[in-house]
Amino acid sequence: MLSSTRSTRRTAARTLQASAGVAAIALALTACGGGDGSDEGSSEDGPITLKVATFNDFGYTDEMLAAYTEEHPNVTVEHVKAATTDDARSNMTTKLAAGGEGLADIEAIEVDWLPELSQYPDLFTDLADPELDGRWVDWKVQQATTAEGKVIGYGTDIGPEAICYRADLFEEAGLPTDREEVAELLGGDGSTWEDYFAAGRDFVKESDAAWYDSSAGTFQGMINQLPAAFEDPETGEAKDLGDNADVKAIYDEIVGSVDDDLSAGLEQWGDDWVAGFQNDAFATMLCPAWMTGPIEQNSGGIEGWDVADVFPGGGGNWGGSFLTVPASGANTEAAKELAAWLTAPEQQTKAFETSGTFPSQIEAQDSEAVQGFTNEFFNDAPVGQIFSTRAQAIEGAPYKGAHYFAIRDEVTNALNRVDITKSQDAEESWDEAVEKAAALG
Amino acid sequence: MAVLTPQRSAPGSGAPERESRRLGFSQRLGRWDVKLSPYLYISPFFILFAVTGLFPLAYTAYVSVHDWSLLGGQGEFVGLQNFSDVLAQPTFWKSLGNTLSIFVLSSVPQVIIAITIAALLDQNLRSATFWRMGVLIPYVVAPVAVSMIFGRLFADQYGLINSMLGVIGMDPIAWHGDRLASHVAIASIVNYRWVGYNALIFLAAMQAVPRELYEAAVIDGAGRVRQFFSITVPQIRATIIFVVITSTIGGLQIFDEVRMFDATGLGGPDRNWMTTVLYLYDVAWGNQHSLGRASAVAWMLFLLIVLIGFVNFLITRQISTSGAAKKSKRKSNTRGNA
Repeated sequence: MLSSTRSTRRTAARTLQASAGVAAIALALTACGGGDGSDEGSSEDGPITLKVATFNDFGYTDEMLAAYTEEHPNVTVEHVKAATTDDARSNMTTKLAAGGEGLADIEAIEVDWLPELSQYPDLFTDLADPELDGRWVDWKVQQATTAEGKVIGYGTDIGPEAICYRADLFEEAGLPTDREEVAELLGGDGSTWEDYFAAGRDFVKESDAAWYDSSAGTFQGMINQLPAAFEDPETGEAKDLGDNADVKAIYDEIVGSVDDDLSAGLEQWGDDWVAGFQNDAFATMLCPAWMTGPIEQNSGGIEGWDVADVFPGGGGNWGGSFLTVPASGANTEAAKELAAWLTAPEQQTKAFETSGTFPSQIEAQDSEAVQGFTNEFFNDAPVGQIFSTRAQAIEGAPYKGAHYFAIRDEVTNALNRVDITKSQDAEESWDEAVEKAAALG
Repeated sequence: MAVLTPQRSAPGSGAPERESRRLGFSQRLGRWDVKLSPYLYISPFFILFAVTGLFPLAYTAYVSVHDWSLLGGQGEFVGLQNFSDVLAQPTFWKSLGNTLSIFVLSSVPQVIIAITIAALLDQNLRSATFWRMGVLIPYVVAPVAVSMIFGRLFADQYGLINSMLGVIGMDPIAWHGDRLASHVAIASIVNYRWVGYNALIFLAAMQAVPRELYEAAVIDGAGRVRQFFSITVPQIRATIIFVVITSTIGGLQIFDEVRMFDATGLGGPDRNWMTTVLYLYDVAWGNQHSLGRASAVAWMLFLLIVLIGFVNFLITRQISTSGAAKKSKRKSNTRGNA
């Protein structure tokens, strides 16, 4: 009798342990699965809240969003802003990977994320809409269109590139300072990179400052002019970097300019780069429309910045964003409507006025508000007009596939090893990049 | 079941049994209370551990044997392919070297400086609380903020430290170019944050050392340094072991400081200061986008930490047993003398 009770107790204890374990697992499961489908089933006419997630500064003010609610009384718009693109990107990719839970109804993305996201078109709502044909410049729509013809994002801003320069440093070095003369100095309409670097060699002879800020940044401007830098557009396969003569030629040209002390040897966005603005470290930099903001922020107290209406090697686009509607959202139709409204010419013109993001809408670019816009910090340069001329010079978007960033990063690292850390010579560093690009597989 | 059945059928017969049955219920409640309560009381930890510790560990192991991309999700079973892929990448080995180097450069000075500061704080100071709280302030500051400040200090061209070196006529140090220099810079960021924290733990242990020992030492004519090495250090041996092990785990998982050390945050163009956790981050969220490989890295890091922890354990057990042996010898000596 005694022994039997004891064993009963033991069994009971074991059952308890088991049920505690089950409870723990159940808890874990509910914790993971919690909140599934909580927002579903709201009808088109019922009151809904749409979340818009952006980063940096898209120029979407509270007044603008309130204006949308006035037109659509059942829609409340909530704006979530991430501080940096990196934050926004890891937030978005992680949530996409988790099945879309927690994503905003409209997620802003940068053009750089597209090659990766367009591999998974099912994650996004198709935004193609015949009514919106001709709203954007062609290549902007092309960028967000997948191979199967699905449009995954509406274009917001673009980054047409000009050259920003320090007129005061130009004057000290005996170069012309007026923005039209500077444009001529750099080769005018037919400007080439050779002209740009030649002017730089003249400049550094007469000045303590370097010609440009960062070799990796300059490389970015040059590589964007190749129609297909690292991959075969037909197959999407990576080209062998060792045999890539176009890229090697650009690499050699930049490394040569580094040898002639044209580069300030700074890493863009790094602490030294930020400090360099205050220390007269460099006289020019490649200047997409949105770069005027960071230049002004970093150059507090420095006078002399100006924008020349010229870009070596033809036009170039650097950056720009899109609004996407994740397919997992509860109100994708309403979100699509809001995204179309936000990227309409009127709204993008206002955004340009508030935060300097240059619109990708043809009508907005031609609008008086954009054309007549001047920037006080850049010596009252007519930046609206300059950047729309630069935008017209852009011929199309270069092909960027799934391998693009991995390979580009290896070449950028190679440049940084020569330019910033000075740990390798040019050939050695290139060979390492070729080797690493091959290992990416 | 066979054991349960007779017990259940037993109380079903006879009137006196009925009374005892009611009693039996409350008894059973009481018995449940005795049996169940302890488990319930300790269950929060185990449930929490199962959810936040055990489950991720097991799930990571599951992911690591699959082809698993960040956005594409689960692919096919690939066995140990991810592990061999990672082991074949030279960057992985470089990151291990960096991690160990930064770990040694941070943990060793950290413990030594912390114990020294604690010994100083253990003296009779005016406004002692002020000084004691003061050393904890760096720990309160967010690691990212600390890294941003140190990023300015250690900037190569316009950094404060290099400017000061220029003032005394020395060449600037390539904090981001030279591998060892970058490790020293990062280790100093880590030390800045953790020295005060560890010092307070040491201080708490030192406060528990019986004051009579010091009084006796003073009577015997021992100076401050002798007191420190002969009384303080042996008395707080257990705390030293604790701090060494926690700083080992923390040191091998270092991420924030290295991520914030430059603008790209991936260990520089040579991957000179990419630690293993940063490498893991790059594999998962960088260009490779492979959660499978990243999970393999995570598991190898886990095994490495277990291994180093085990070595730590063996060494510290050695110290504690030899300490105990000495103590008992001393005891027997005194007994013999008496």
